Amino acid sequence: MLKIENLNAGVEETKILNGINLTVKPGEVHAIMGPNGSGKSTLSSVIAGSDDYEVTSGSVSFYGDDLLSLDPDERAHKGVFLSFQYPVEIPGISVSNFIKAAITEKRKKIGLKPISAKELLSKMREKMALLNIKPGYLSRNMNEGFSGGEKKRNEIFQMAMLEPKLSILDETDSGLDIDALKTVAAGVNKLKNEENATIIITHYQRLLDYIIPDFVHVLHNGRIIKSGGKELAKELELNGYDWITKEADKKWGC
Amino acid sequence: MREKNSEDELLEQVTSTEYKYGFTTKIASDTIAKGLSEDVVRLISKKKEEPQWMLDYRLKAYHAWLEMEEPDWANVNYPKPDYQEIIYYSAPKQKKKLNSLDDLDPELKKTFDKLGISINEQKRLSGVAVDIVMDSVSVATSFKSKLAELGIIFCSISEAIKEHTELVKKYLGTVVPARDNFFSALNAAVFSDGSFCYIPKGSKCPMELSTYFRINEAGTGQFERTLLIADEGSYVSYLEGCTAPQRDENQLHAAVVELIALDNAEIKYSTVQNWYPGDKDGKGGVFNFVTKRGVCYKNSKISWTQVETGSAVTWKYPSCILKGDNSVGEFFSVAVTNNLQQADTGTKMIHLGKNSKSTIIAKGICAGKSNGSYRGLVQISKGAKNSRNFSQCDSLLMGDKCGSHTFPYIEVKNSSSKVEHEATTSKIGEDQIFYCNQRGIGTEEAIAMIVNGYCKDVLSQLPMEFAVEAQKLLEISLEGSVG
Repeated sequence: MLKIENLNAGVEETKILNGINLTVKPGEVHAIMGPNGSGKSTLSSVIAGSDDYEVTSGSVSFYGDDLLSLDPDERAHKGVFLSFQYPVEIPGISVSNFIKAAITEKRKKIGLKPISAKELLSKMREKMALLNIKPGYLSRNMNEGFSGGEKKRNEIFQMAMLEPKLSILDETDSGLDIDALKTVAAGVNKLKNEENATIIITHYQRLLDYIIPDFVHVLHNGRIIKSGGKELAKELELNGYDWITKEADKKWGC
Repeated sequence: MREKNSEDELLEQVTSTEYKYGFTTKIASDTIAKGLSEDVVRLISKKKEEPQWMLDYRLKAYHAWLEMEEPDWANVNYPKPDYQEIIYYSAPKQKKKLNSLDDLDPELKKTFDKLGISINEQKRLSGVAVDIVMDSVSVATSFKSKLAELGIIFCSISEAIKEHTELVKKYLGTVVPARDNFFSALNAAVFSDGSFCYIPKGSKCPMELSTYFRINEAGTGQFERTLLIADEGSYVSYLEGCTAPQRDENQLHAAVVELIALDNAEIKYSTVQNWYPGDKDGKGGVFNFVTKRGVCYKNSKISWTQVETGSAVTWKYPSCILKGDNSVGEFFSVAVTNNLQQADTGTKMIHLGKNSKSTIIAKGICAGKSNGSYRGLVQISKGAKNSRNFSQCDSLLMGDKCGSHTFPYIEVKNSSSKVEHEATTSKIGEDQIFYCNQRGIGTEEAIAMIVNGYCKDVLSQLPMEFAVEAQKLLEISLEGSVG
């Protein structure tokens, strides 16, 4: 599904990603962990197509398409979804209208008629139940006055509605209390199937107690310095990052 | 939630950046020579077969105007029009008096169809009675007989001068006196038509009343006059739309609107203004210098809603004189400027009565190299005990070459009143656009959505069909403004 090869990217003169290689197949859950400043969020922004970062070399293909040549909205139409670390407010636009617009645009691109109001509403109800969302939420304005937890849940709700092939959850656990974390994780687990894949970007192991990854990658100075199974996350929780990063710094220099 | 289909249509309509109302109609018109003099004022009055008192009123205004100077305090820059180069009267030639809309000149009918307000459509939609003022003359008023059954008068002002003389004589010029300002004096001298409306005591007008203004003939000025009287305990919602063809020269529009809300009455007045704004380099476009004012008697309410997207230069302050106790004034405005457009618009809320209340919500959107200003006055007199005002003035900037300015004036002369003023300035954030993009919403659609969200408080005040049209206009006028 997703194949990242030797990806280098940065902001102006500063290099942030130094040759990332990553392959994700349908049905898999990958966790990307790493200390602050290791390039985790940059990686997710580059995949989604933010123009804050410049890709200097390397490639990202998604089902054979060259993702880097597409605009962010085209990437979304192909099935790439990013759950933002800091979701923005859009005053005056209700959650339901926003989601309707997103679904309509996607359907338009693939030549489908707009979703009927009835169909949309019943789908919204179904996904709200799945994520334990209270009624009244749909008519609130996008992220306006939302608590940290509500914002994150709103991201997962959009993910549920848009049914992407690849979901990248950027620090979805940050700012969540344990109950909210459990709800969000349960939602993600319910949405998981054989066809889609998830990349979880996180600093802590906590979220991985609830969403069990198939692979764990450690990112440091813009490189994946170690990959392993779910037990690697436990090891990091116990011993911190130092033991691997020191080794890596010796290898590549800091 | 809005109807899905209409929203899709809106999105589809956002394809052309050209001003889409820029066509002229080939209709023989009855035009007088350009220039302004006492003779011209007399000629207009004569053409309209007016009574002597009306002519006297015009002449008095004309002489007052001669002694006045064009104001220059507004935050706009434009070459002052040469008032001797303007044609002050132009009427589409009609062979006979119209009995129904079906008798309309086919060319004229086509124009209305192009405007997207096909009269047949309007009729079918029902609920909307339309008066169309093209150039200077009111063409026909639909639904007149239906309204007449309720005692509601809705006709051209020329007709009202002849047939409802007492009402016109009693109220014309009482809210906006001829001497009020340079443009109101000019209007009083040369206005050739406009709309008149009277809602009798205790009746609720069952449909939206609507007027469409259009300047057609080259070099003509449009000076329409609107007088709306809501008698005690009555209610009316009135809509006004404006378009003009594309022309290289500037055209002048100097209208006067007077509203009178007697005790316990309510008037809702909505405008969607889409005069030709000039091209990208600022060539052509309408100078829109308008005086709109309403007076509220006891327990009455006047609500102005405007969506201003057109005109090269706008100078406009729909105001309320809150004369009666417990009267309410509202002003909801969206003003968009793009390219080289300039707008200086806002409101005046004059509190005279006790417990009078006013609300001002003004949203400015500036793009291109345009300049938008909010100018508002909240005046609370000594006798206006316990009166209240809330003002909110927001501006949204697109790009870094435009300017937004706010000039709020507040005068409070008693200590029991409460005045609140809030203001914000924001830019459409790259992060907002990226967020929408990531959800599959393209940049143009994202901007349209963010702008609509920003204007929601104002757009929600408009009647449904008008709100859709206003939304469409916002999108068209901001098309291509973020690149």
